Amino acid sequence: MIITVAGVKKEVSDGLTVSQLIIDENVETPQYVTVTVNDDFVKSGQFEETVLKDGDSVEFLYFMGGGQ
Amino acid sequence: MAFTNEQIERYSRHIILKEVGAKGQKKLLNAKVMIIGAGGLGAPVAMYLAAAGVGTIGIADADEVDLSNLQRQIIHQTKDVGIPKVESARETMEAMNPDVKVVTYHEFITSENILDIIKDYDFVIDATDNFPAKFLINDACVMAKKPFSHAGIIRFQGQLMTYVPGEGPCYRCVFKEPPPKDAVPTCKQAGVIGAMGGVIGSLQAMEAIKYILGVGDLLTGYLLTYDALKMQFRKVKLPSDTHSCAVCGDHPTITELIDYEQAECDGTGL
Repeated sequence: MIITVAGVKKEVSDGLTVSQLIIDENVETPQYVTVTVNDDFVKSGQFEETVLKDGDSVEFLYFMGGGQ
Repeated sequence: MAFTNEQIERYSRHIILKEVGAKGQKKLLNAKVMIIGAGGLGAPVAMYLAAAGVGTIGIADADEVDLSNLQRQIIHQTKDVGIPKVESARETMEAMNPDVKVVTYHEFITSENILDIIKDYDFVIDATDNFPAKFLINDACVMAKKPFSHAGIIRFQGQLMTYVPGEGPCYRCVFKEPPPKDAVPTCKQAGVIGAMGGVIGSLQAMEAIKYILGVGDLLTGYLLTYDALKMQFRKVKLPSDTHSCAVCGDHPTITELIDYEQAECDGTGL
């Protein structure tokens, strides 16, 4: 199936979960990333059971603390 | 309030814009913006807002200028090392534009003082470098119904979003609570390209100016991310459902401001 990750379309295997995608994408500080699928938040405790579907659009939003 | 000849010349490139005009320039001269943090982000924000003729600019920072700041904090000069950042920032802004009244707050922002500090301002800029301050500013702005611009920078990356009461998610809708101390690297630990503050801080100044003028589309409901190495900007749509947010939602569970523990590596605070 085809999903969009951070604006880029990619082919992934059927049944891919958010938590596996986080591993595949080498997401930095994965325990503190905010994930949206199709513009809805995925609750942080539900990455394991959230199965992605063909056509889904996933975004990773990162803490960025700097400014000084 | 009529413009002086000097003001007509100073602001001529603004006044000629149909989105600004004499009316818009007067709005800027009457506007009050509070900048929290006089560092990498705060420097360009303060300088562009002062140059634009924003009439009252508040600036808060408890630190003194350090030599290691000068790689990116362009509002401070080498001669300013050792003096309070807010004083150095005031000098630069006043030298740029005598129309601007600068109000300095040489102190840390806390749950005790933030509501009092922001209450007289039209727009707030989060130009801080740590999560306790970023969450405090968010919660205070939600409670006081103040619009604000959030931003963060690290390494070759930056991001920003704009909160306007009732018009989209707040910072806490996206990031529920501060990460534990040292769980997410800071600029001090990870480094940051100096020009990143210029890129992202200038965008924060742009959001403040658009808000004051009432023109265009603000970054409400979006997180703008910038990756300098890929030279890529992305405007990421944020979920519009704010009902369950702990601070701006329908049934807030956070009704008092919280002073989260400061990361030790960042003991200098703002």
